[in-house]
Amino acid sequence: MIKVNNIEKSFGDAHILKGISTTFEKGKTSLVIGQSGSGKTVFLKCLLGLYTPESGTIEYDGKIYSNLSDSDKRELRAKIGMVFQGSALFDSMTIAENVMFPLRMFTKQSKSEMEDRVDFVLKRVNLVDAHKKMPSEASGGMQKRVAIARAIVNNPKYLFCDEPNSGLDPKTAIVIDNLIQEITDEYDIITVINSHDMNSVMEIGEKIIFLKDGYKAWEGSNKTIFKTDNEAVTNFVYSSELFKKVRRMYLEEDL
Amino acid sequence: MQYLHNIGTYFLMIAEMFRKPTKWSVMRTLILKDIDDLIIGSLGIVAFISFFVGGVVTIQTALNISNPLIPKYLVGFATRQSVILEFAPTFISIIMAGKVGSFITSSIGTMRVTEQIDALEVMGINSLNYLVFPKFIALLLYPFVISIAMFLGILGGMAACVYGGFSTLEDYITGIQMDFIPFHIIYAFIKTIVFAFLLATIPSYYGYYMKGGALEVGKASTTSFVWTSVMIILLNYILTSMLLS
Repeated sequence: MIKVNNIEKSFGDAHILKGISTTFEKGKTSLVIGQSGSGKTVFLKCLLGLYTPESGTIEYDGKIYSNLSDSDKRELRAKIGMVFQGSALFDSMTIAENVMFPLRMFTKQSKSEMEDRVDFVLKRVNLVDAHKKMPSEASGGMQKRVAIARAIVNNPKYLFCDEPNSGLDPKTAIVIDNLIQEITDEYDIITVINSHDMNSVMEIGEKIIFLKDGYKAWEGSNKTIFKTDNEAVTNFVYSSELFKKVRRMYLEEDL
Repeated sequence: MQYLHNIGTYFLMIAEMFRKPTKWSVMRTLILKDIDDLIIGSLGIVAFISFFVGGVVTIQTALNISNPLIPKYLVGFATRQSVILEFAPTFISIIMAGKVGSFITSSIGTMRVTEQIDALEVMGINSLNYLVFPKFIALLLYPFVISIAMFLGILGGMAACVYGGFSTLEDYITGIQMDFIPFHIIYAFIKTIVFAFLLATIPSYYGYYMKGGALEVGKASTTSFVWTSVMIILLNYILTSMLLS
């Protein structure tokens, strides 16, 4: 479990995160949503240890991250898989080399073992003949799938995704969402996704945290989000007519 | 104040570069790739410039020796001294600050912009060791490039001298052998090693710590070239004062 206790983060005079507390559980896909500038990416980077909160703690399976030694932090990070918003594939490597990278860095597997594992995960994300392509030759959806394959290749315990659907067409976005949820269930891992894609919220948000101006304004799931009367959430989630209709239909069905 | 901050960050970067080393099997590949990119990839331009600038130095020296009492072999002597003491180590290093320096800054800067450096950090990899250390090791072969520049500079001078009709081959060879001081070669290589360190670290610093997007990558490359050149010129003066005065 990841437990976040009252974390605060500022950059100069800008107070970005204001006392956020929550937990993320194993086998669940959790979504952090909110408007641009609400602090989602900073929150995710605090979870990843890329930013250090000024106060508050982040616990990974009961161990406070900031109290870990450098070697323990490295060990923990080897168990983290991350899918960046822009995929962040290494553009000097082929797709297969990108996926193999965590194995080369953190395992003592032989080349053939690593190749087998790369074949397996690329197949898992539905990329069969892409091994020798360079990232620049792959489409946005393919790049995201490679990034997911790289994130899961070393059997992570924690998977973080920063806006995995940004820049993708709706059909590919659904494929990516489903893939992330299937992987979460299959490997029983903790998955945290930053998103402002409402389809993702409705489809895979087993837990949803809504950030507004650096505060946690609401916490629930894709089931309870229809019923909430929290003004901040309804203004954000149901800002489009389509989602207003979906909500009305859901509530009518529920009655 | 900002300058002090930058200098402090630069030295901290160098210290961090040697910490938490990357797995040797991966590092070996990175070093070989950087040798190919930074050293082998520069040989063509270095050879071309050295040969022709060596020729120009010879022609200008020959044309400025109008006094018939000055022996012709001095053309070879002057070319050798210019090429070994200044042209090869310093002039070529400034050209390399443009070629190799811009490459280093833009490649690391692009990795910063596209979150590839964040990806390394998230995986628990010391990104400075992973990115900068192999460049530093690759540039330890920089004296090899400068040796080629010295040889080709003198060869270019010879070609210009003989085919331009400024003196005979025998005179030129006598000139380049005359009053040879081996310490001058050591002096040139000491400078070369110092410049290699600057070429690896200053452009890396500007690439690694850049903020922004594609436009800022371009700006960082320009700034890195300016500061690498300034530091080369400055340290050239200091080292020459210390070693030759």
